[in-house]
Amino acid sequence: MRDDAFHLVARAQAAYARCIDEGPLESWPEFFDDECFYQVTTADNHRDGLEAGLIWADSRGMLTDRISALREANVYERHTYRHLLGQPHLTPTATTEEVDSETPFLVVRTTRDGTSDIFATGRYLDRYRLGADDAHLTRRVVVCDSSRVDTLLALPL
Amino acid sequence: MPSTTATPADPGLRPDWPEGLTRIPYWVFQRDDVFADELEHVFRGPHWSYLCLEADIPEVGDYRATFIGDQPVVVARDVDGEVYAFENRCAHRGALLALDDRGNTTDFTCVYHGWSYNLQGDLTGVAFENGVGGRGGMPPSFCKQAHSPRKLRLAQLHGLVFGSLSDEVPDIEDYLGEEISSRIERVLGGRTPVVLGRFTQALPNNWKLYMENVKDSYHASILHLFFTTFEINKLSMRGGIIVSEGGGHHVSFSAIDREAERDRAYAEAGIRSDSEYSLADPSLLDGFSEVGDDVTLQILSVFPGFVLQQINNAVAVRQILPRGVESTDLHWTYLGFAEDTPEQRRARLKQQNLVGPAGYVSMEDGCVGGFVQRGVAGAGSQSALLQMGGDDAESSESRVTEASVRGFWKAYRAALGY
Ligand code: FES
Ligand SMILES: [Fe+2]
Repeated sequence: MRDDAFHLVARAQAAYARCIDEGPLESWPEFFDDECFYQVTTADNHRDGLEAGLIWADSRGMLTDRISALREANVYERHTYRHLLGQPHLTPTATTEEVDSETPFLVVRTTRDGTSDIFATGRYLDRYRLGADDAHLTRRVVVCDSSRVDTLLALPL
Repeated sequence: MPSTTATPADPGLRPDWPEGLTRIPYWVFQRDDVFADELEHVFRGPHWSYLCLEADIPEVGDYRATFIGDQPVVVARDVDGEVYAFENRCAHRGALLALDDRGNTTDFTCVYHGWSYNLQGDLTGVAFENGVGGRGGMPPSFCKQAHSPRKLRLAQLHGLVFGSLSDEVPDIEDYLGEEISSRIERVLGGRTPVVLGRFTQALPNNWKLYMENVKDSYHASILHLFFTTFEINKLSMRGGIIVSEGGGHHVSFSAIDREAERDRAYAEAGIRSDSEYSLADPSLLDGFSEVGDDVTLQILSVFPGFVLQQINNAVAVRQILPRGVESTDLHWTYLGFAEDTPEQRRARLKQQNLVGPAGYVSMEDGCVGGFVQRGVAGAGSQSALLQMGGDDAESSESRVTEASVRGFWKAYRAALGY
């Protein structure tokens, strides 16, 4: 594993969380490679090896479409997230240019009326491709601890 | 709010129901006494509630714990290969028998005092039944056979398991009627469902607001803008709704209209689409004819709280469980079939982005019930209007109708005597 792996992954994740929480959401797909996989699922489904996701995307285009749909088509009440991430736990892969990473997260959702609630906790199961000075996701599986989603999941996790 | 009562609400306390099916009083979404009535007479009454899929309990000893209304029940597969269901309640002093949502076991032993039950729910063992050293124990007259959790009536239909706590419930075929049964068969008949995922959505509203939404074909193209924004559904469609005889069940469908499609293709030859937005990855909707016909959408509901959905190749069952007057759990089970090719399976996984709590098409259904629940606060004496498409609860070739919503209320009022 490259010496700078932790630094690059931590920096990418901080920017990722800030992008969703503060915007612009349009930049969110840029944290992924063109060829990528993104899924939001639950610990139960993950443990049982069930394939489906609340969100299931196998291209960056599908991530772009998520954001366009949220902007142009879907109806939901205005709300924001606050991501709190733990430290990434890295494990090497077969190549030094890629690294696997697991990071715990907690997301608080603040709704229009000012209520802030814990919306989701869980972990990111990631594979990052390391560039010269950056890291991009080739795979992110968001495993939520709870199998219940309150009302709806609009903004990505 | 009035306090909860175990018996049908005193009509003296509950306001009158307005005449006909075109006015729905808002108090029906707000009152604790109405909610208690529903648990007793709708969920525990002579109706069939969806419990699980046979695919959820394929092996001997597999079980699932679920609910009929608020009542915990267990569904298990016994050594004879058959499915049984009983209350998830110890016959001794009432503790839950199964503490996990699902699992595999040889028997159920209550953790409290160790009474044990077989997979059919029969009481088979009582700890210290004969006391210790000749003292204590149950009286000699105690008979284990006379003490078990209540058994449910069961009906299995194309891999779906329904249960009822009532002895008066008609056979499932009569309950559903031919038109509804045949549409269940259309999607599930002769196939082997495979569970692809399970998700629960907590809805901030009364369960009936979700059932109204499911049956409301009027809102589909208005509230859900995903298909129109991205100009995805360009084919000419025909459709309609089917309302069962008693009103409680429905099917809403749309299918490719081959005739109109030929005319349109001719008229629009060479005309470019002027869509402002398009999908960066249109493979989202690459699919196949689900069962070899032209039906691209079929939403089917069974009174009181079951939905079978086919939206293109996104197939799912939904179980609607009331948790309180203003809260409901919606349990999604996403399905594929053992017969799927790898390409078909992939298509399903992509199209499931349309449905569920994050669905492009069903996201709005998760919040709109809450908009109504909050909107009608303080307006218990007012009523909703249900006049689109007339005042009856009959099948219709138009989907611009609220006939199946009226059908729900017809069945609901009959069940409760409101
Ligand atoms: S409550 Fe179950 S054994 Fe006593
Ligand atoms: Fe809808």
